Amino acid sequence: MDPRLAVIGRRLAGVARIVAVTGGKGGIGKSLVATTLSLAMQREGRRVGLLDLDFTGPCDHVFLGAACRLPEEKFGIVPAEEAGVRFLSLAFFTGSRPAALRGGELSDAVVELLAITQWGDVDVLVIDTPPGLGDALLDVLRLLPATRFLALSTPSRVVVETVRRTLALLAGVGAATLGVLENMRRGDDPAVERLAVEAGVRYLGAVPFDPGVEDAIGDPRALLDSEAGRAVRAVASGIS
Amino acid sequence: MHEWALAEGVVVTALEEADRLGFERIDALRVTIGELQQISKDVFEFAVAEVLPKSHPKLARAAIALEIEPAGFRCRRCAREFSLADVAGALGDDEGEAVHFVPELAHAFLACPDCESPDFEVVRGRGVWIAEIRGTPAAGED
Repeated sequence: MDPRLAVIGRRLAGVARIVAVTGGKGGIGKSLVATTLSLAMQREGRRVGLLDLDFTGPCDHVFLGAACRLPEEKFGIVPAEEAGVRFLSLAFFTGSRPAALRGGELSDAVVELLAITQWGDVDVLVIDTPPGLGDALLDVLRLLPATRFLALSTPSRVVVETVRRTLALLAGVGAATLGVLENMRRGDDPAVERLAVEAGVRYLGAVPFDPGVEDAIGDPRALLDSEAGRAVRAVASGIS
Repeated sequence: MHEWALAEGVVVTALEEADRLGFERIDALRVTIGELQQISKDVFEFAVAEVLPKSHPKLARAAIALEIEPAGFRCRRCAREFSLADVAGALGDDEGEAVHFVPELAHAFLACPDCESPDFEVVRGRGVWIAEIRGTPAAGED
């Protein structure tokens, strides 16, 4: 009998809504969008949490400019406060050391974090999931069934094809999907809009390809005010 | 104080299991703690045995036994088996604290003493679990 599973619901009792940012491949901007979405919702006056579940390549802390330090321990662990967002990442424990975890170990780490983290009262908890259909995504589906998914895709045909699989998985298990958000849009390629239509989900809009966003990394205010950040803010305002 | 979160999990799980088994009260509970969890047995024991049961009548008179299971590892690369004592020197205070929170992070800080691979299996001694629960059936239950 694993006692951790019994308390995950209690740890999240004060969390009104969960939004998971997902996508089929790495490098498509999930962490940028998840982090900026959190900041945008926080700027709207909402109480926001951000959980970086990309255990093997966590980088939300880099976007936030957050120092890696062990979290406060109080009847579990308490997320750090970064730019007004309650934030937890495995990077707080490992710093820049690699954590090479296999499937079962990764899943155990997800369960452990969910069982011991005291999120408190939060309007929206944003979860940054790792690429693909791996353990973290499956654990979110298994352990946090009320989660709504925001699928991210670039116009690349390769990415569109993998996000199509992600959407099929989500539809197959009856998960709630907010829709598809296009990232790194250049030109007027309608591939992602077409994907949304074909998958029967909403097209949430487009975040333009923004070469200037690199300079905003580590500065939450600059992220929000970047061209990409302004587009994410427009999306955030439409997510309840 | 992270021990409290896990202790609460033990109590909630024990109560759910007692309901499932039709116990009107729990008489004995045996809880195993993996060494890799590196939790304070005193704090955990205090939470599980002294504080949390008082608000749960079904557990109030249970005899609660806590035992530590030594951690054992097997390297997936060279098959060397080793214990936490064999590699614990690699854990400073912060690293030990990180493993205490999330035992899987042993893979970030520990390595096989022979081939230095971080790709090892935790064979035993990870996590906290209820090893045994005994109780008195509710009236009318077999």
